[in-house]
Amino acid sequence: MLKFIKHHMDTIAGIGIYPVVSFLLFFLIFLGVLLYVRRSRREHITYMAALPLGDGEDANGSNNHAQP
Amino acid sequence: MTERFRYDNRIAKDFLFITIFWGAVGMLVGLIAALELVIPDLNFAKWISFGRIRPLHTNAVIFAFVGNAFFAGAYYSMQRLLKTRMYSDVLSRIHFWGWQLIILSAAITLPLGMTQGKEYAELEWPIDIAITIVWVVFGINMMGTILKRRERHLYVAIWFYIATWVTVAMLHIFNSLAIPASLFKSYSVYAGVQDALVQWWYGHNAVAFFLTTPFLGLMYYFLPKAANRPVYSYKLSIIHFWSLIFIYIWAGPHHLLYSALPEWAQSLGVVFSVMLIAPSWGGMLNGLLTLRGAWDRVREDPVLKFFVVAVTCYGMATLEGPLLSIKSINAIAHYTDWIVAHVHIGGIGWNGFLTFGMVYWMVPRLFGNKLYSTKLANAHFWLGTLGIIFYAVPLYFAGFFQSLMWQQFTPDGFLVYKNFLDTLLEIKYAYWLRAMGGTIYLVGVFIMVYNVVKTVKAGRLIADEDAEAAALEKLDKEPGGHWHTWIERRPVQMLVWSLVAVAIGGAIEMIPTFLVKSNVPTISSVKPYTPLELQGRDIYVREGCYTCHSQMIRPFRGETERYGEYSKAGEYVYDHPFQWGSKRTGPDLHRVGGKYPDSWHYYHMWDPTTMSPGSLMPAYPALFQDALDTTTTRRKIEAMITLGVPYEKEYGADFPLRANAHLVEQSRKIAANLKGAGVETPIDMEIVALIAYLQRMGTDIKAAPASTTAAK
Repeated sequence: MLKFIKHHMDTIAGIGIYPVVSFLLFFLIFLGVLLYVRRSRREHITYMAALPLGDGEDANGSNNHAQP
Repeated sequence: MTERFRYDNRIAKDFLFITIFWGAVGMLVGLIAALELVIPDLNFAKWISFGRIRPLHTNAVIFAFVGNAFFAGAYYSMQRLLKTRMYSDVLSRIHFWGWQLIILSAAITLPLGMTQGKEYAELEWPIDIAITIVWVVFGINMMGTILKRRERHLYVAIWFYIATWVTVAMLHIFNSLAIPASLFKSYSVYAGVQDALVQWWYGHNAVAFFLTTPFLGLMYYFLPKAANRPVYSYKLSIIHFWSLIFIYIWAGPHHLLYSALPEWAQSLGVVFSVMLIAPSWGGMLNGLLTLRGAWDRVREDPVLKFFVVAVTCYGMATLEGPLLSIKSINAIAHYTDWIVAHVHIGGIGWNGFLTFGMVYWMVPRLFGNKLYSTKLANAHFWLGTLGIIFYAVPLYFAGFFQSLMWQQFTPDGFLVYKNFLDTLLEIKYAYWLRAMGGTIYLVGVFIMVYNVVKTVKAGRLIADEDAEAAALEKLDKEPGGHWHTWIERRPVQMLVWSLVAVAIGGAIEMIPTFLVKSNVPTISSVKPYTPLELQGRDIYVREGCYTCHSQMIRPFRGETERYGEYSKAGEYVYDHPFQWGSKRTGPDLHRVGGKYPDSWHYYHMWDPTTMSPGSLMPAYPALFQDALDTTTTRRKIEAMITLGVPYEKEYGADFPLRANAHLVEQSRKIAANLKGAGVETPIDMEIVALIAYLQRMGTDIKAAPASTTAAK
């Protein structure tokens, strides 16, 4: 019974490397991003987050779009 | 130094209006398709039969509605986030008209039956080339705008746009590779399992990178705008972006669980699909939490209402997606209406509502006035929400219960529902409710149209909006900081790295299946289709039979009892394109060959209810009136030979020249069979070719079951 499960892809030498490579790749990038986010300066993050709000789109009125 | 410039609002307006137009059209086509399922007589002409307009519906809502909505939002937000006008007004125009022409050609060719037969990639090769060109135009315009920006750092929305552009380009090119047999007929270069893998790598990532990442970009811009507060966590958005694009690209194989796809590829798909829940929910929570402290405004502001439901639907769909990727759940849900419900939560909930919110937000701003009626917008919101519920809930029930019926056995070990049709008729009520839900949703859309027309009439387009910003100074010295701060300033590198990220994902997913021959065990008794069968197969593709019938029997007792031997990868090596299908509104057809006499198929295609009383399948009288076009046979066979189908080995080197003689000979045999059953038919009708194909399907391994050669 076990052989049906265990030896499924034995025909391709080293097939196991593909999922491992894919996972490692993702994991390393993820760690990198996490590290960056942890170490980034607060002012920079605040500045970035405020970017859409300061684009002067309201040349024609106000931001209050909850019209009655 | 402050510079003055003007935003191009006209292009955003054009894309927004055309979004509304195609949205209404695409949804209307969807409603017609839904009604055809319950009233088969509505399939009264071949151009509007379900198999042809279902692809029209999906293409229209994906590429015309959602696509144009993305462009509208992107053209509006990019200029403002980058503090510059678009790089080139001419390219903006070419992009706009090019895209609309593509949609128009799709609206013409799909009802005519010109299709590549791969879901969401049906359009034939000349249109595929046009899509590539217009996409490149958009890319140049976008990158040009980014390069001449007055804002040093790229906001997260822009990254999503860049990743969208890069990935869609890659997916579209690789999935559309085909050998033309004529101007409007081509064959996928991939066959069988490999075609399936590429198709669902594409298909899943069409969801990921055409329906999700661009809209996440829009969410990160328009939600903070509408709420008038910054996004909840910008840090989270960074993590959201990189994990999402890295994980999404691998998840495709979850569409092929329990199929003939190699086990390791299925497992890879499952693992990454389950992991997807983390970034998806990160993004959803980031969106919802942006409204912290502003929830009182959600009560009054229709824009925020639409956004909240859109993001909630995104959360629901992305919880459901990973769950559906788990094999045991997938075993129940696959091929059923559960999946249809799932995609509509994403489609009409996430994409639809985000678009509607955007419309209500943008139109008053583009036209310098207030929305005509908040009341009507609220009415639209409630009708839309109700429509989503009425659409999805019955289909969830229907899918779940139909799947259970498929696998239900009596204590003696026989199928309870021997006839597939019985399980379909049990859930017909849900199809009615679905059509009702769709109608309610569509009524909401028409209310929006009225509201928009009234708003536009009362205002005037601010075609060029004045703006000013300081010029970007050249930095003498690079400021310190991390790689990400660095990459935020470098759009080209960002583009390249996004491409690297998604390309590695795609390559690792597919290279093994392509390079290692033993991945698809060959079956020596599997032979190429005869010319007549090939022509019949093209009719099968043309009529969109794959929209309701699968050709992939999973290794479950409920399926092997019903349909026969489960499907093997080696049986599909000459299937360009594969026709596994993804939904069973009718039974699987992989072992239909030889199951019924020719005359059964003859009567069944003429009027399905004669053979299956109560059948919901359309009748195909045109197949009995149209003669088979045999002028194409030679070129079709030649195209197949180019793709590596061993006709020359089987039949000799001059086979393309003799193909039609072979075709006529086989037609005579079928006509003789039919005559034996009391049916007189001319041998050159399309129905003869279709019968030839149907009778061939899945029969090769019956010829010599012992000769299956295991992979080495």
